[in-house]
Amino acid sequence: MSQLLAVLIDGLIYSSWLFIIAVGLTLIYGVMKILNIAHGSLYALGAYSAASLAGYWINQGHAPMGSYAVMLVAAILVGLIAGPVIERGLLRFMYGKDEIVLVLVTYAVFLILEDFVKLVWGVDPYFLYQPYSLLGSFDIADLTYPNYNLVLFAAAVLIGVVVAWVLTRTRQGKMLLAVIHDREMSAAMGINVGRVYFITFTVGAILGALGGALTAPMISVQPGIGAETIVLAFAVVVIGGLGSLPGAALAAILVGLVRSAAVHYRPELDLFSIYFVMAIVLIVRPKGLFSIPEARKI
Amino acid sequence: MNGIYSRPLKAVAAMLAGAALTIVCTSGHAQDKPIRIGLVTFLSGPAAGPFGVPAKIAAEAIVDSLNAGKVPAPYNAKGFAGTPLELTIIDEAGGATKQVTELRNLVERQNVDFVVGYISSGDCLAVAPVAEELKKITVLFDCGTPRVFEDASYKYVFRTRSHATMDAVAGAMYLLESRPATQNFGGINQNYAWGQDSWADFTAVMATLKPDAKITTSQMPKFGAGQYGPEISALLQSNSDVIHSSLWGGDLEAFMLQGTPRGLFARSQLILVAGEPYLHRLPGNIPDGTIVGARGPNGVFAQKSPLNDWLRQIYKERADVYPNYPAYSVALAFLGLKAAYEKARLTNAAPATEEIIKAFEYLSFDSPAGKVMMKLGKGHQAVTGTAYGSTLAVDGQVTIGNIKYYPLERVQPPEGVKSIDWIKSGMKPGKW
Repeated sequence: MSQLLAVLIDGLIYSSWLFIIAVGLTLIYGVMKILNIAHGSLYALGAYSAASLAGYWINQGHAPMGSYAVMLVAAILVGLIAGPVIERGLLRFMYGKDEIVLVLVTYAVFLILEDFVKLVWGVDPYFLYQPYSLLGSFDIADLTYPNYNLVLFAAAVLIGVVVAWVLTRTRQGKMLLAVIHDREMSAAMGINVGRVYFITFTVGAILGALGGALTAPMISVQPGIGAETIVLAFAVVVIGGLGSLPGAALAAILVGLVRSAAVHYRPELDLFSIYFVMAIVLIVRPKGLFSIPEARKI
Repeated sequence: MNGIYSRPLKAVAAMLAGAALTIVCTSGHAQDKPIRIGLVTFLSGPAAGPFGVPAKIAAEAIVDSLNAGKVPAPYNAKGFAGTPLELTIIDEAGGATKQVTELRNLVERQNVDFVVGYISSGDCLAVAPVAEELKKITVLFDCGTPRVFEDASYKYVFRTRSHATMDAVAGAMYLLESRPATQNFGGINQNYAWGQDSWADFTAVMATLKPDAKITTSQMPKFGAGQYGPEISALLQSNSDVIHSSLWGGDLEAFMLQGTPRGLFARSQLILVAGEPYLHRLPGNIPDGTIVGARGPNGVFAQKSPLNDWLRQIYKERADVYPNYPAYSVALAFLGLKAAYEKARLTNAAPATEEIIKAFEYLSFDSPAGKVMMKLGKGHQAVTGTAYGSTLAVDGQVTIGNIKYYPLERVQPPEGVKSIDWIKSGMKPGKW
């Protein structure tokens, strides 16, 4: 029984992390039909910025609790700078081109940003381990978990709820959904599609950077972390259905629980578990769990 | 008459003089032409910080020191037998397929004379047959899997550090000497050649030395996983007396960061086969009493000698810290190659590849980590003894105490016997 409980808790914590790193990717695809490979670099930039700024904050003797706010500010700053630069400086010249061209463009951005990270931060790792244990821990099923895991869970739920609420309950969100449904018709009805794209990409960039910032206290922040993450985020988004927010949430839960169960019951299958889920889902539903039926245009 | 022939004669004379000058210049150039060495090490990714970059820093410092003739005897001749060295450095990140392509580029397009490289066991297994095909002397400097020379035989490939079997053998010996009451053990190792071999060897050694000790769990996360929450829960629930780990680089750091606040290391004795490079990076996150190895008598385990003093000094001047074990590994590779090259160079001419290979096979040479002998893999695989110790925090710094040295005959299988067979047959000391 305690093992089953551990599977559930570990699965939910891992799912929370997966959802946080995938939500920006699926949002950008849903609105802009761009599979943004540079999302991995935004994640890395968020992690580096958080580790640098929050590390500086702590080293200067400020209240360690303030480091959480500094991490958040770091992620927002990265998103607000990198998002507009990439979207206005590059992507807007590519709209209307084939999806595969846009994938290649964002892949090029990813490679450039990977080297940018090395130029700015070097190759030695950065550590920001204090926030991981600062909040204390809780015991359950004979196991100890840092309360930081609850922060991850709460952040995932909050991000999901806020994004869903904005999309379905606000005027801006409804305009965004209209663009998702039919870009040309939305433009004809007076929606500034370019502005919607700009805002969406910036929000997606902030979410990517936030994923990195929230992960920084648990890892050694070093070159290459973006590449590992984009593969996982891509798997989650594909399983959920490209561009689907509920799909990404369900896929993150599914993958998190299956991986956790594999680790606890059959560790040798851990490596394979995520791709096993992906293969099964794509066999049954080739466009993902929550794929949106496309109307055939005549 | 003179007028008719004088112009062609002058032209011929000029051509001959030009040709002679060209020959002189070319031969002079050949004398000064540096020996080009391709160095392959991680410059990015999880292995760069603790492994790849220290190896690069060490290689650059060693090459500069060799070119200046400032290495202690018997390595005091400049460069390799007077010929200066030049490095071409390649990033090892990107996986085995990429490394095969990079090796071909190094040899066929950049025309390096030797290749020194590879930290990842997966990369070593992938590039060794390609180096053989390219007929280029390739010195593997850090990877650990014993399979390189136990499952194959190579003419052009050498490895100047011991393979991983001794890490498992000496680690288990140290563990049982300090904790003879060990009842069970679990493990967390990466799911590729290095992690799988380390775990297989360690479980086999424990089965030989302590047959009643039970395996509780074997966690095999993928390389670069980064998130170890479920694995740490599984290890906690296994209530293992001991946790064996060959994790390294960023994976080890993330595992320690996530395991410490969950009390994993207060519950179980931790043994880190490749933990030495991690010691000074995160004080406060490595518990006292952790058993740590450096994959040989390297780093903090290296004993005082002129060569060890030299390496520590040239590395400290560049990096402001003392060298860790990957830096020692790269030193062994360069000094071994130099010793072989100079042994082969009996005349003024640069030795042929075949002559260097012949000189390298079964070579014994001195190193900052002591005597290295190329005694396994038909003279292509090095053997050394090794050492283990336990951590103790002193004034916020991690130190190593209770160091024990294990001679090579106790921890190495003899030539012609596979490591796993030697372990299972009782690890009888060989004759060296």
